[in-house]
Amino acid sequence: MALLEVKDLQVEFPLGRKTLQALYGIDFALDKGERLGIVGESGAGKSVAAFSILNLLSKPGRISGGEILFEGRDLSKLNDKEMRTIRGNRISMIFQDPMMTLNPVLTIGTQMVECLKAHRDISSAEAREIAISKLREVMIPSPENRMDSYPHELSGGMRQRVVIAIALLTDPSIIIADEPTTALDVTIQAEIMALMLELCKTNNVGLILITHDLAVVSQVTERIMVMYAGRVVEEGYTQEVIKNPRHPYTRGLLKALPQENRPGQRLNQIPGSMPALDAIPAGCAFNPRCEFADGDCVKAVPDLVGEQGHRAACVHVDRIPAFVGAGGAE
Amino acid sequence: MFVISLIGFSIQDNLGDPLRELVGQSVSEAERDAMRERMGLNDPFLVQYGRFLSKAVQGDLGNSYFFKKPALEVIAAKFPATLELVIGATFIIVVFSVPLGVFCAINPKSWFSKFIMGFSIVGISVPVFLTAIFSIYIFAVELGWMPSYGRGETSDLLGWQSGFFTWDGFVHLILPSFSLASIMMPLFIRLIRSEMMEILQMDYVRFAWAKGLYPARVWFVHALKNTLLPVITVGGVQVGTMLAYTILTESVFQWPGMGFLFLEAVNRVDTPLIIAYIIVVGLIFVVTNTIVDLVYTWVNPTVKLVGQKS
Repeated sequence: MALLEVKDLQVEFPLGRKTLQALYGIDFALDKGERLGIVGESGAGKSVAAFSILNLLSKPGRISGGEILFEGRDLSKLNDKEMRTIRGNRISMIFQDPMMTLNPVLTIGTQMVECLKAHRDISSAEAREIAISKLREVMIPSPENRMDSYPHELSGGMRQRVVIAIALLTDPSIIIADEPTTALDVTIQAEIMALMLELCKTNNVGLILITHDLAVVSQVTERIMVMYAGRVVEEGYTQEVIKNPRHPYTRGLLKALPQENRPGQRLNQIPGSMPALDAIPAGCAFNPRCEFADGDCVKAVPDLVGEQGHRAACVHVDRIPAFVGAGGAE
Repeated sequence: MFVISLIGFSIQDNLGDPLRELVGQSVSEAERDAMRERMGLNDPFLVQYGRFLSKAVQGDLGNSYFFKKPALEVIAAKFPATLELVIGATFIIVVFSVPLGVFCAINPKSWFSKFIMGFSIVGISVPVFLTAIFSIYIFAVELGWMPSYGRGETSDLLGWQSGFFTWDGFVHLILPSFSLASIMMPLFIRLIRSEMMEILQMDYVRFAWAKGLYPARVWFVHALKNTLLPVITVGGVQVGTMLAYTILTESVFQWPGMGFLFLEAVNRVDTPLIIAYIIVVGLIFVVTNTIVDLVYTWVNPTVKLVGQKS
């Protein structure tokens, strides 16, 4: 059985009299040590999906249906106390902006030790030792001195390393990383990503990587899940999906990537933008932006079809021509 | 400080004739003129001001017409009473506003928070003398629990006549402190609440939750410490403002402090005393703001004084 199994997860945001649906029943699973990428534009619901696993949705968001099975227990039914034993202990998170993730008025050491002491019955001195060893693992120079630093004394890349060290402190089985490199310099992005990949492999930690960067996903993850307007539109093995995308949305994302062998060309873009939560089109939500759309697309929401290992939610899957890559002839 | 002294000094001409209070009706106009000349009141403004300033930098703010003693000495004698009142009120504000503000931020929808918020509006709107008079009526006159005026018995602590250490003095302090606190407390509750609600939305608070910390630790270590930074800044300024409100509180409670003294001085057109009071209050403002800045550097690690090594 999978380590983490999300079944038909629905999330909604009640706002006054209106209720906005953010997730329309998504399914995914993660095995021990497996790496899953969740991709999509802003507003697709990737972060909502990630935050709902630890029940950290920002108010007034709430899980309105489905199950989140972690080692057989449904996380969405746990009370606060039980949830606390999971958060930061069995499943930890890495946030987008390391400038905002660390508390500016507490030292690095304080923020690491408190996490260990919340989950284990150990002395401060022991916790400090573990914290220093984790800082060394994420390759922070002279970790003993850094323990007494405040976040503002470190660079962005260093801070994200600290955040990664905090996520690894308690040897969790899953790390959820919400766009961990988006706020960093391009040169540092690759370094941090490589570090995360290596640490996940050596510690056999499962990774859920949320990003809009398909290049990163293809390098780091084994499986991929493409989301659009609160639904999964395509999922499968990363290499398979990247080479042979079936859903027009995934194709659009791939085409928008800059190509090494075609410098100086205009990047392709998907026309239009992600619909707002209260204005999701009928049928396939992508149909207004889709080059293959016709009358069938507005009739019903398509199901994910295809064999296990690569499924896509498009009624025209069979009609769509083979993918030729970015910049290729239409 | 220079500006304060200039403003303080320039208003004295508009306060009335000090001689009217100083001498009786029987003194003739010629004698009055001679007296004015002797006191230098007929000199041009700048000459008078220059004389005042050169003495002031030597610590001499002139003699009170009424007490016939140096004005500073008169104020210094009354200062402990006012200080006690301000300390008492500050203590009450801190003890009540921090827990209430935090509670309202954490449970914005509970009926108790709504009650506190509504009540604080009333607190802001009702002037301090009304609060004072009502509290005297309820607690001193009707219930008879508290004394209604004066400072009560004081004890001598290293030359400081303090009301803190005798039961009688302490009981006398309660009502005035509460009514002085009543004007600032709602402001602080609201300030702490709104700051904290904002902080609770920050990523680092979310991250603290994601680390699986106990709620108390997230609220009181992660959120409250950040909340207090702006509150300290405002607080420093408000301590100064509170000093101004002591004039009202002290006169209602017949509290023998600086504010009460100031009102008497105004009635008697005791200009040196009035100017000295204004300058002392200005000095207190400057000192408290400096202290606040120092405290701020100490609490907030991102602000460091120049020359200080981290």
